[in-house]
Amino acid sequence: MTRNVDTVKDAETTPEVAQPFAELGLKPDEYSQIREHLGRRPTSSELAMYSVMWSEHCSYKSSKVHLRQFGEKVPSEAKDILLVGMGENAGVVDVGDGLAVTFKIESHNHPSYVEPYQGAATGIGGIVRDILTMGARPVAVMDPLRFGAADAPDTHRVLPGVVAGIGGYGNCLGLPNIGGEVVFDETYLGNPLVNALCVGVVPHDRIQLSAATGAGNHVILFGAKTGGDGIGGVSVLASETFDDEGPSKRPSVQVGDPFAEKVLIEACQELFEQQLVVGIQDLGGAGISCATSEMASNGDSGMHVWLDRVPLRDSTLAPEEILMSESQERMCAVVAPDKLDAFMAVCRKWDVEAVAIGEVNDSGRLTIEWHGAQIVDVPPKTVAHDGPVYERPFARPQWQDALQADAPTSLPRPTSGDELRAALLQLVASPNLASKAWVTDQYDRYVMGNTVLAQPEDSGIVRITDDGLGVAVSTDGNGRYGKLDPYAGAQLALAEAYRNVATTGAKPLAVTNCLNFGSPEDTDVMWQFAETTRGLADACLKLGVPVTGGNVSFYNQTGDTAILPTPVIGVLGVIDDVARRTPLAWDGDGDAIWLLGETSDEFGGSEWAHLQGHLGGLPPAVDLDRERQIAEIAVAASRDGLLTAAHDVSVGGLGVTLAEMALRSGKGARIFLPDDADPFISLFSESAGRIVFVVPRSEEVRFTDMCTARGVPATRIGVVDSSIEGLEVQDSFTAALDELRAASEGTFPSLFG
Amino acid sequence: MARVVVDVMLKPEILDPQGQAVLGALARLGHSDITSVRQGKRFELELDAAPDAAALEEVASTLLANTVIEDYSIRVEES
Repeated sequence: MTRNVDTVKDAETTPEVAQPFAELGLKPDEYSQIREHLGRRPTSSELAMYSVMWSEHCSYKSSKVHLRQFGEKVPSEAKDILLVGMGENAGVVDVGDGLAVTFKIESHNHPSYVEPYQGAATGIGGIVRDILTMGARPVAVMDPLRFGAADAPDTHRVLPGVVAGIGGYGNCLGLPNIGGEVVFDETYLGNPLVNALCVGVVPHDRIQLSAATGAGNHVILFGAKTGGDGIGGVSVLASETFDDEGPSKRPSVQVGDPFAEKVLIEACQELFEQQLVVGIQDLGGAGISCATSEMASNGDSGMHVWLDRVPLRDSTLAPEEILMSESQERMCAVVAPDKLDAFMAVCRKWDVEAVAIGEVNDSGRLTIEWHGAQIVDVPPKTVAHDGPVYERPFARPQWQDALQADAPTSLPRPTSGDELRAALLQLVASPNLASKAWVTDQYDRYVMGNTVLAQPEDSGIVRITDDGLGVAVSTDGNGRYGKLDPYAGAQLALAEAYRNVATTGAKPLAVTNCLNFGSPEDTDVMWQFAETTRGLADACLKLGVPVTGGNVSFYNQTGDTAILPTPVIGVLGVIDDVARRTPLAWDGDGDAIWLLGETSDEFGGSEWAHLQGHLGGLPPAVDLDRERQIAEIAVAASRDGLLTAAHDVSVGGLGVTLAEMALRSGKGARIFLPDDADPFISLFSESAGRIVFVVPRSEEVRFTDMCTARGVPATRIGVVDSSIEGLEVQDSFTAALDELRAASEGTFPSLFG
Repeated sequence: MARVVVDVMLKPEILDPQGQAVLGALARLGHSDITSVRQGKRFELELDAAPDAAALEEVASTLLANTVIEDYSIRVEES
């Protein structure tokens, strides 16, 4: 190597050299802070590491002060179930039987805009490695997606690519995709949200942590070779807003290789089984910079790395680039010397390349050399944990009051039977509510043979033991509610995911979140973010479900227009016997249809108002006590065998809930709405805290007793009747199953071919 | 009449899993002297008019190649 590298010695002797910190996304005061930490100017390699680790994406510098609430407002349930809390790669929740479940959601928004297929594919790859890092075997994935208007040209570029990428990568890994969301809103045009969730299962005694400890232990890089993938991708892609130039400004994109990831998963399982690693960390954003600095700081140790030992795909890469590369399918492990041979043997067996690139020591410093020259000498904590923390100013937007005052009360409402029928068909066919089969049919939902429920059910359920223990996961988020009231919007997102998990018969246990927002430098956006985190933390405390981890994605905006504030909340639950799960489709003729909860005139942010082009007013009222009560009923009634079906009422209201149940079952029903109520409100209001339960006649007394005991209003609103072949809303209209099906299933094929 | 050939290759810095799989198979077949494989695509376009360079550029850059991760080259073979 004849390349001139900037060594630590150079940095000491040439303090005056001008460095391109601004181009790397660092502010002048952040650059001075680095110089202060080091007592000299950073070398170019150190500058690369700091810039990528101090980016918004890696350091959470704008969100940290708000995320602390999740650690402060911790429900008492947490100590019983949380084996690993926030701060590690993913939280770990005890589910009994000596097993734990780890789950996490992350964003891959910006890369998916630039290159939809690879962006979405590597999003799956990244979250799967996060789960793998905890010692777990990944068992399922889910993808909550948000795009611009369904008929916008760019949506037709982005959505098919994203869906194909998720299917391509996830299907090759052999992981079932058990749920998610597809939501359209014009603010996501140019800022699609591609969030990915993964669930893994780990025996208690196999949980791994990412600390580098034990002087003399080897640091091993294993998996794919390092190439020029996404160099600076994290800081450049995740921290800069796309301007009006559109997709012409394109940095280097990471490309995933799912088969390489698959052998990595299997190799890791065997490494964990044989207890060959002291600590392990995946390489994602910020690559080797992140893995080495985080592992050394987590272990309160030092580390020395010989960077020239890193296997390269492209021999021309400079050390700065190797440190920043985001090449996929790589892991980093700390291995004791007496386990090294066994470790290497496992890697050889799975055809996974592994090289010892470094050694743990007691120096308290992270030192990196390149062909004999020292190019990095830093305290690892200053890179990984002591990044800048900003108390960004925030203020309630001036437009917020006007927006909330603009309730959708003046919109003309359907009243006659024909008008109500037309409104129902329009809602069922709307892109946000239409059948997502076009998307989910591209995913493998049943591979591994443990999927019990998958899309379009309320939550996805996978069986994790032979005797029927299962975990249920659901994700929800409603950016329109968030825009109207971010505090309530976050609580409604949590309540819906919590309700969805309970609706299928599982007890909600823990929460993960992916908070998608515009620029934190905008005081309006920062207020939305502050309100969202406050609302979510308060609601988690009240519902008794701790936050186990998550991810923040800022800068989702084009020009001055931010996306709707979109917290996507994932809730994980556990069900003792998956045979007891409650499906969405009703079945038995004559079974009674019950609505739990109360319905009031709530159309602010509703899908019905959205279809009239209106967004204003207040979102539905939040009643967390009610949510808890109906969830308890859903779980208890399922366990006691009182239910044949259940489905939560949310976007689109009761009419859409009933239509979905009828379509899923292929049997019709007679519906009798309460006499004293406005049928439009009964059918389309989005009041929260409601679930539709289907109960066999023989169990109705026990069921209603259960509701009375908890003080939850229950209304009998119909009967399953296969002779009808549609929804017959008495004294109003009948919508045939055929027309509902045509409306629901026609939308995606006609939009996306 | 003209035949235009458009070759599309992944950019050099982009990972090529297919090429790597071919390389691995070659090694197993004993061709260990081959050290790298990159796999691309070749399009053969038949035209019934004289080739229009600007139009071909548009065809290649908007449809045949994904310019985010791929390079292309256009050559006219006969006219």
